[in-house]
Amino acid sequence: MHCQPPPEQVHDLDALDRRLIDSYQRGLPVCPRPFARIAERLGAAEDEVIARLERLQARGVLSRVGAVFDHARAGASLLAAVAVPEAERDAFAELINAAPGVNHNYARETQGRAPLAQDDPAGEHDYNLWFVMTAPEAPALEARLDALEARLGVPILRLPMLESFHIDLAFPIPWAELERT
Amino acid sequence: MSVSTCRSSRDAVRAPEVPGLEERALDAHDRAIVLATQAGLPLVPDPWGAVGREVGLDGEEVLARLRAMQARGVIRRVAAVPNHYRLGYVANGMTVWDVDDAEVERLGREVAAIAGVSHCYRRPRHLPHWPYNLFAMLHGRSREEVERQAEALRERLGAACRDHRILYSSRILKKTGLRLSRRTPSA
Repeated sequence: MHCQPPPEQVHDLDALDRRLIDSYQRGLPVCPRPFARIAERLGAAEDEVIARLERLQARGVLSRVGAVFDHARAGASLLAAVAVPEAERDAFAELINAAPGVNHNYARETQGRAPLAQDDPAGEHDYNLWFVMTAPEAPALEARLDALEARLGVPILRLPMLESFHIDLAFPIPWAELERT
Repeated sequence: MSVSTCRSSRDAVRAPEVPGLEERALDAHDRAIVLATQAGLPLVPDPWGAVGREVGLDGEEVLARLRAMQARGVIRRVAAVPNHYRLGYVANGMTVWDVDDAEVERLGREVAAIAGVSHCYRRPRHLPHWPYNLFAMLHGRSREEVERQAEALRERLGAACRDHRILYSSRILKKTGLRLSRRTPSA
């Protein structure tokens, strides 16, 4: 399982905290004195807004107040997966993490029995390591994947994005519902 | 490096090299600004001036360059980025769908608008072992909630969908946001 700290008690977040998150997860004003502008809109003081953001960040409710970059405009990348025996998963993960260009790596389990892997007609294991490979441009991306594939000795499923229907990570937080959980 | 890396609220894992970001869109000043701000803005009344002092530019120049990077799409937004896990969204399911190619574009747009979906992409099939061409990432407070969301997607896709799977993340083995190459500025 995840080894993150347990979820926050949202009860501790008051109306101003919630309005800050709701209003600014989609974007801060990129203007002089941005926190004064936010304060004006929320009817609070600038130093109060800054203190709240500091506290939310320190508690981990906000992962950061900062820029969100567009991967697709920063070179080539694709989603990749391999199917490896569960017992050897961490050893494979270590090789993947050490490869140049890998920036996410998640262990995933498929719900139910799913014989999916190319080299696995018996269905003994599914694609269980999922990672994002990046490179300056497409040929380098292929070369990095080829090199990693040779090192791993198992085929890498390559799933470039063909079309994006939705890339906005912000979604409304249902505070009242969260309070009941 | 250890693979049992715990993800802290700040990603402390070494940054991967992404030289393409520099080559394609950023000059040396832009790059310095990104390096100074990628872990977060200074929370002070004049954050642009504070960044400027670090990189040797004035605050107005920093602001103008950030706006330009945003206009070019290199920066999607400057925001208060919530950690959904800490807010109780502890279940995330990558759902994969085998959808009729003739309908995937229309249905992809519809599915992307369903509550709980954070990303929705069309990707290539690799037949015969990987028939799925539509990916939607779901976030919920439990696997049951993710399953209800997946059911809503299945209903929307209707007869155009032949098969689907939900893949749950059981462990984060590495997670770094897009980072330029250099030691991550100390958080």
